[in-house]
Amino acid sequence: MNTPPAQRTANSGAIGRSVPATVADGRWRRLELAFWLLPLVAFFLLPGYRVLGSQVLIVGLFALSLDLILGYAGIVSLGHAAFFGTGAYAVGLAAKYGWSEPISTLALGALAAAVVGYCASFLVVRGSDLTRLMVTLGVGLLLWEAANKAAFITGGVDGLSFATSKLLGIWSFDIGGRTAFVYSLVVVALVFVAARRLVHSPLGLTLRGIRENTKRMPAIGAPVARRLRLIFTISAAIAGVAGALLAQTTQFVGIDTLGFPRSAELLIMVVLGGTGRLYGGLVGAAVFMIAQDYLSGLDPVYWEFWLGVLLILIVLFARGGILGGLEQLRAHRAWSQR
Amino acid sequence: MLGHLLGVLFDGIAYGSLLFVIGIGLSVTLGLMNFVNLAHGAFAMLGGYVCVLLMTRANVPFLATLPIAFLAAAASGVVLERTLYRRLYRASHLDQVLFSIGLVFVSIAVATRLFGPAQQPVKLPDFLRGQINVLGLDLGAYRLFLILVVVVLTAALQIALERTRFGAQIRASVDNATAAAGLGINVDRVFALTFALGSGLAGLGGGLGIDVLGLDPTFPLKYMVYFLLVVAVGGAGTIKGPLIAALILGVFDVAGKYFVPQIGGFVIYALMVGLLLLFPAGLYGKRA
Repeated sequence: MNTPPAQRTANSGAIGRSVPATVADGRWRRLELAFWLLPLVAFFLLPGYRVLGSQVLIVGLFALSLDLILGYAGIVSLGHAAFFGTGAYAVGLAAKYGWSEPISTLALGALAAAVVGYCASFLVVRGSDLTRLMVTLGVGLLLWEAANKAAFITGGVDGLSFATSKLLGIWSFDIGGRTAFVYSLVVVALVFVAARRLVHSPLGLTLRGIRENTKRMPAIGAPVARRLRLIFTISAAIAGVAGALLAQTTQFVGIDTLGFPRSAELLIMVVLGGTGRLYGGLVGAAVFMIAQDYLSGLDPVYWEFWLGVLLILIVLFARGGILGGLEQLRAHRAWSQR
Repeated sequence: MLGHLLGVLFDGIAYGSLLFVIGIGLSVTLGLMNFVNLAHGAFAMLGGYVCVLLMTRANVPFLATLPIAFLAAAASGVVLERTLYRRLYRASHLDQVLFSIGLVFVSIAVATRLFGPAQQPVKLPDFLRGQINVLGLDLGAYRLFLILVVVVLTAALQIALERTRFGAQIRASVDNATAAAGLGINVDRVFALTFALGSGLAGLGGGLGIDVLGLDPTFPLKYMVYFLLVVAVGGAGTIKGPLIAALILGVFDVAGKYFVPQIGGFVIYALMVGLLLLFPAGLYGKRA
């Protein structure tokens, strides 16, 4: 192997130079296990930040769902909050009518989002990048407008407050966020393991093939539209799980769960962390939310300004995001030590 | 009833005209140069603030502020195109989307810091206020003025693109940049000037639109969808496409909000998804 690894990773996909070209095998690496110890450590060492921590986990899961379609299948979505909000509202509405058991309503949220995602997927797989952008944006805005106007069901701008029943009938959702944190961590970890298996499966490889060359994939017998619909539905369901988690742990659903800013911020997190890596979403969400928590405490306008600057800089100079940058650094060091 | 219907139609056309003025620049960058520029509304907002500032601080009359709004937006367009946009002409759509969302956030933050979050007032000259009676129908004078501006502008643009040397250079550069450069056209310069023209028109539209659309720091985000729609529905690369799309959107939006206020913005979003499904390349688009 005489080419520097940094060059091997620099292929020209639709998403840019950030995506590793090598097909990783599905074995768990030590670094990954260490990564999953971080939330556990945070749980015990930083008890004052458990509420923020559970929200980071939830948004990280949401970012993971977008990474599945953006990083793996190459679909740019500007309206992914539609599915997040659908999951959240499914939980909120079920609780309003007296059904607030967490595990079953979590499944309900996933199912509701999957149904909406499946319907939307038919619109999304048609057309070019721009049409997709507009259609996902349109679906998101439609749902937002629907939730806004149907205030007699959704509570409109005021949102829905409700109480979530005890988890498994034992642990209640306390104000310190202990149950919320552990519950979110378990759900996020389980979904992550499933998503990880998925991207290393033949389906995951097919998706990467579609991302790299849409025209060639039908020639080797891959049903492109059907595969894209499948992954879009799965991604919507995961977004629904994230939305349901947020609703359950905060015991509140607001209309902002469906809003465009949420979709845009989500896109930013995934790109900040690095696309096509699964971990990118989690890392991006963590960095983004911790920075937001700190900076917007200083001044919200200030935060928005730096967020914009950060985005421009990422696009111009750091296409791979945080993880891509680290990988290049490691590859560079491995190369120079040889 | 018929009077209502005609009144709504008229308001819708005026509203659509405004969308056209702002959106036509995006049609060039997005349609011809294939750059997804979500920050287009920021240029319109800039134009709007230039108008307001000149009117309130320097007492410049409204009509005189419009050319200055055009120039200010065009100048900032050139600067941004030369420094930032041109690096991303060949980048993926995702990069362009992120970059321009970043610009939107920065512009909103800067506008909030400088002018505060409130709506800005506009003082129209007397002859543009009130109603004018045309054939027994009371029409808003300002809306009539808007339509007039657009008619003149469309004709001018059509002539400029089809009949002048610069128009031919734009069309050549867009069709095939390499071949155009080979023929001695300075493609970089043509793109920069085209971008400036588009931004300038957005600034002009922003100034014209304060009375109809309002002006506050969230302007670029609030109307982003409308501008994108004009282009996506109208199809790229023509003047006729965005014009018709803008008029359709304007009429349906106003009619939707007037006749069925309960469902408000629903009409326009449903219309957008429907139209995009029927015409994925836009009403008059070239097939990709």
